[in-house]
Amino acid sequence: MKSLPGLSSRVERWKREHSSQIDDVKYTLYLWKRSPLSMIGLVVVAALVLVAFLAPYLAPYDPIEQNLSDRLLPPSREYIFGTDTLGRDILSRVLYGSRITLEIGIIITLIGGSIGTLLGIVAGYLGGKVDELLMRVTDMFFAFPRLILALAFAAALGPSLMNMIVAISVVDWPIYARLARAQALSAKREDYVEAARAIGAGTWRIIFSHILPVCISPIVVQVTLRLGDVILTAAGLGFLGLGAQPPTPEWGVMVSDGRNFIMNEWWIATFPGLAIMLVVLGFNLLGDGIRDIMDPRLRR
Amino acid sequence: MRDLLAVNNLRTNFYTYRGVVKALNGVDLNIGPEEFFGLVGETGCGKSVTALSVLRLIEEPGRIEAGEVLFDGRDLLKLREEEMETIRGKDISMIFQEPKTALNPVLKVGFQIAEAISKAYNMNLREASEKVEEVLREVEMADPSKVAEKYPHELSGGMAQRVLIGMALSTEPKLLIADEPTSSLDVSVQAQIMRLINTLLEKRKTSVLLITHNLGLVAENCSRVGVMYAGNLVECADVKTIFADPAHPYAQGLLGAIKMRGERGKLSTIKGLVPDLVNPPSGCRFHPRCQHAEKICREKQPRSVTLGSGHSVSCFLFDGA
Repeated sequence: MKSLPGLSSRVERWKREHSSQIDDVKYTLYLWKRSPLSMIGLVVVAALVLVAFLAPYLAPYDPIEQNLSDRLLPPSREYIFGTDTLGRDILSRVLYGSRITLEIGIIITLIGGSIGTLLGIVAGYLGGKVDELLMRVTDMFFAFPRLILALAFAAALGPSLMNMIVAISVVDWPIYARLARAQALSAKREDYVEAARAIGAGTWRIIFSHILPVCISPIVVQVTLRLGDVILTAAGLGFLGLGAQPPTPEWGVMVSDGRNFIMNEWWIATFPGLAIMLVVLGFNLLGDGIRDIMDPRLRR
Repeated sequence: MRDLLAVNNLRTNFYTYRGVVKALNGVDLNIGPEEFFGLVGETGCGKSVTALSVLRLIEEPGRIEAGEVLFDGRDLLKLREEEMETIRGKDISMIFQEPKTALNPVLKVGFQIAEAISKAYNMNLREASEKVEEVLREVEMADPSKVAEKYPHELSGGMAQRVLIGMALSTEPKLLIADEPTSSLDVSVQAQIMRLINTLLEKRKTSVLLITHNLGLVAENCSRVGVMYAGNLVECADVKTIFADPAHPYAQGLLGAIKMRGERGKLSTIKGLVPDLVNPPSGCRFHPRCQHAEKICREKQPRSVTLGSGHSVSCFLFDGA
């Protein structure tokens, strides 16, 4: 037990050395608490993440195994959300579906976000022809409705979960590219970039170690704002049969499965639909909250 | 003794909507080894543009049109950009007017110093960060290890300038360009910063190009002075000569506009305004404001005439021919 005093004094020292950062975090939490909507968003998203991790322990049944004797049962104590045409438990499928939704959201924003950010920064910093070319390409992407364009790409690539992820990433990057370019344009006029050049930093060093860090925070805000949209698009493509394929418990696919039974067996499409709504709402509220909290005008 | 930096007939233009701004109109400048050279003049006369042209940091819409910048005998204007990158920071360092904006706000101070060192000596960041504390200690920072962990907004202006000075000198450059290093600081901090620069220079064999409009700073620190007017270096002499016996009418006017200790009476002023460099006056650019202006001043640009050792002036008053 003798090591404990040493540890606590080290903790004390750490607290003293990082006091300004700790205060900053405390202030952020304070702002967060004052915004009930973003708290709701946070709770929903946290719940989604938790469910995604714990799905195998929470789900009462296997999400894929068919049980034809229990087809189309309404919600009951045994099957809380009812069962579908193949006798699968809808609750279990909705719970497992959270994993796919989260996966899709994260992978797409990672791919789209990183490609977009990189291209945007390069375009903004280098300017000239590179900028012109990249921005005209983004213009072309913006000229189409995103869902339609994603649909076209997904259809061209062939229906599968992976192809859908690629398709949505492809239509998503221009948003980040535009944002990153705007950030890079303003950052490159800053004195510290000139100072970095004056100490001999080359183009790529400036892009990666000076421009990129400055661009990160608005990009993070954009990512949280976009996540809801991305999930909705993914569900939409799933619904149209261009995303995950049955029997994958993806929410869009499940709504599609239930569409023929909506009049009599309403629960098949309703519960996954509600899940989609709740999660998208949660991400949007969270994104709005993060944007407000990061806003320097609100901070000081 | 060969000059460390010799600028010959340097011309830099900015292509703006209003027309071509001829910011540098053939500047000649020499800085010897271990020389503390002061460059003075009004706002907009081309002091900073000269410094940025030497480092080839002129951005669009500006362009260096002609001239030579001989550094250690090599013409910097003829080097490839990659070669230039090895000169910046390693051989020629620069410190800026607004220290707090010259540091990247989202990166820790220590990291930024380490980056400069790693770049100059081709070492990796971890090796370089071991030298950071040493650099900060040298610029008389009270708690170097703590400062290294701070972000620029947590520093005062004076501290930020110390960091930049440390960063600039950590690579042992042969030439330090200081572009109004104390203008944004309050007077007591100014004195500390200049003392610090001088102390650090004593240990090194670094030449300095100090750009300022603070003549007091020049009198205290510089060994030689150049006076710039509207894109020309109109007079260049050692510091005593400039203050005791300025030759060019503009230099006389500029020095008449300050007071020596104990002097009384009205300050003299230079009549008129700084000329528009899109349409500069013909001939000598100073002639519309000059009391001694004659016909020739309107027609021809004066050449540089040597008056004594190291004292040159561009004015027809002294051009016997």
